[in-house]
Amino acid sequence: MGKPARTLLAKIWDQHIIARISEDTDLLHVDRHLLHDLGGSRGLLDLKSRGLKVHSPELTFATPDHAISTAQRREGTSKIGQELLASLRVETSASGIQLFDIDQPGQGIVHVIGPELGLSLPGSIIVCGDSHTCTHGGLGALAFGIGSSELTHVLATQALIQRRPKTMRVRFEGRLALGVTAKDLILALIGHIGAAGGTGYAVEYAGSAIRDMPIEGRLTICNLSIELGAKMGMVAPDEKTFEYLHGRQYAPREELWEQAVKAWRQLPSDADAVFDEEVVIDVEKIIPQVTWGISPEHVIGVDGRIPDPQSVDDPARRASIETALDYMGLKPGAPIAGTPVDWVFIGSCTNSRLSDLRAAAEIARGRKVAPGVRAWVVPGSENVKRQAVAEGLDRVFSEAGFEWREPGCSMCLAANGETVGPGQRSVSTSNRNFVGRQGPRARTHLASPASAAAAAIAGAIADVRTMGR
Amino acid sequence: MPQPFNKLSAIAAPIMRSNIDTDVIIRIERLVGNSIRGTLGKWAFGSLRYLPDGSENPAFVLNREPYRQAEILVTGPNFGCGSSREGAVWSLQEMGIRAIIGSGFGDIFFANCFQNGILPIVVEKEIVDLLAADVEATQGAGRVSIDLEAQTILSPSGKHYAFEIDPRRREGLLQGLDEVALTLQRDQQIRDFQTADKAARPWIHFARKMA
Repeated sequence: MGKPARTLLAKIWDQHIIARISEDTDLLHVDRHLLHDLGGSRGLLDLKSRGLKVHSPELTFATPDHAISTAQRREGTSKIGQELLASLRVETSASGIQLFDIDQPGQGIVHVIGPELGLSLPGSIIVCGDSHTCTHGGLGALAFGIGSSELTHVLATQALIQRRPKTMRVRFEGRLALGVTAKDLILALIGHIGAAGGTGYAVEYAGSAIRDMPIEGRLTICNLSIELGAKMGMVAPDEKTFEYLHGRQYAPREELWEQAVKAWRQLPSDADAVFDEEVVIDVEKIIPQVTWGISPEHVIGVDGRIPDPQSVDDPARRASIETALDYMGLKPGAPIAGTPVDWVFIGSCTNSRLSDLRAAAEIARGRKVAPGVRAWVVPGSENVKRQAVAEGLDRVFSEAGFEWREPGCSMCLAANGETVGPGQRSVSTSNRNFVGRQGPRARTHLASPASAAAAAIAGAIADVRTMGR
Repeated sequence: MPQPFNKLSAIAAPIMRSNIDTDVIIRIERLVGNSIRGTLGKWAFGSLRYLPDGSENPAFVLNREPYRQAEILVTGPNFGCGSSREGAVWSLQEMGIRAIIGSGFGDIFFANCFQNGILPIVVEKEIVDLLAADVEATQGAGRVSIDLEAQTILSPSGKHYAFEIDPRRREGLLQGLDEVALTLQRDQQIRDFQTADKAARPWIHFARKMA
């Protein structure tokens, strides 16, 4: 008799149990706690006001990303943004927490720098006061977003009380067609099972398309888990994972590396492990995706038509489509391609890594952004920026009429005042097309970096497959 | 530290649209800063509550009497999806909300509610719809009563509905427990775990020394 079959989730979970709190709830050890400028210093100040100290500063890392300007020399950072940055510097320094500050290699969007620096490792538990922490699951970590109270709890105890989630496996099978990216796969999945389809689950992404996918694509897939309702998304670590991590700044070296890889090879779900839910997606049927509404589940293929509420029987669904179309200013039944756009934003923790910028540059190279369109490229980190510059991508974008900016969250959530204007339409590589997400009354269409670049050139939502080389 | 929650009999406001996300509950620019607590109540549901010129939108339920007095929200599917911003819960709390009844909530929002002494109740969508209809039949004047100890909801027309809740969460709300204080009592266990784990997975614990 062998051991009972376990999932990747169960293996990581079990290894982190400090104490059992109840039948399905445990006190878990947190291996990496990532802080950013929006909530980091607030948490540290909260801790101080309770007369407590940071439990494990050596496992806590910080960077500013949300509230800083992404203009050259960070010009235009608001007074309050500057105060948050100053406070993050003072409080991390006082607590002995490593800060990756602006202009230093290592600074960037917190979910870009974790993997990039080798801080995010397979089999680890990673938390951050940001819902897109699920991104790090792309390396085989159990990573999830937490609120302010839980953040204080982790600072004080380096542990967190969590109820074990249900498990869902999503198998993406087949080969990606031309012009189709990780972003299109995950948007298609959200369209298929809905924005609450993953609520209460930890999702493991598997299947041949995931095995074939480079790590940066897996990070994009896991990033949008929360838009599926799942606060945790993960991919089992494999040779690609190890190759990606090897030699990174905070990854183990030499003997420790060998020891770690040996442990990491034990992590993938056992062949006969049982999931509470299974979904299979035929990747070959997926074409480039674009959202039309105000939830990521409002998504269609770029060759599709905007839904017509009159053709929907269920009154609640009809009303929901009408609300979305009214906000988005779209005509029912019209083709989505050709919808004129005012803004293009290439960036965010979803799609601002080097491979994303390369894919967008490939479309932009030798072309021009359409008149009247403002297009921004915001690299995910200082390291991504430097690598992109070394490859000349910044020049490709600048020559095409894109604005090349400094790393940060920028227009994904507009916390730093960088917004799409009221009523203006944006194609964005970010993760949320919520009402007002990119600014009051801004209209957001989510798409891949290549599709976003295509929209900038065409001046309208465009099928990137017609613009390939 | 959360306020204890036991019984509540209050005006309930139905907000039945699906996927009300935390950006809709509170806009990000209201959350930029270290001293935002206490300033958020008037900005909850800003894009629904106010017209572009800043005046109240008379069509929005929370701008109408008696719903202005609501302490309970009855919500559509997937309420509180999206961001982890606890400011979403703070803003609702600051406008007087103490319980939310819906068919499902965003996972992180759901956890954040308990941290602040707000009770999120998950019941079948049919029950949510019945409750909303029942409330609307009284033009909102009929109170909804929640008994956490008994795990029941009483509708304005006198119908009882039972609900399930994680026993640990229930106990925490009834007593207003502070999780940080409770976990700190286990500090020795945490330190013992870390000592053993440093031997088992040194790459987790010595990352900064290796860099």
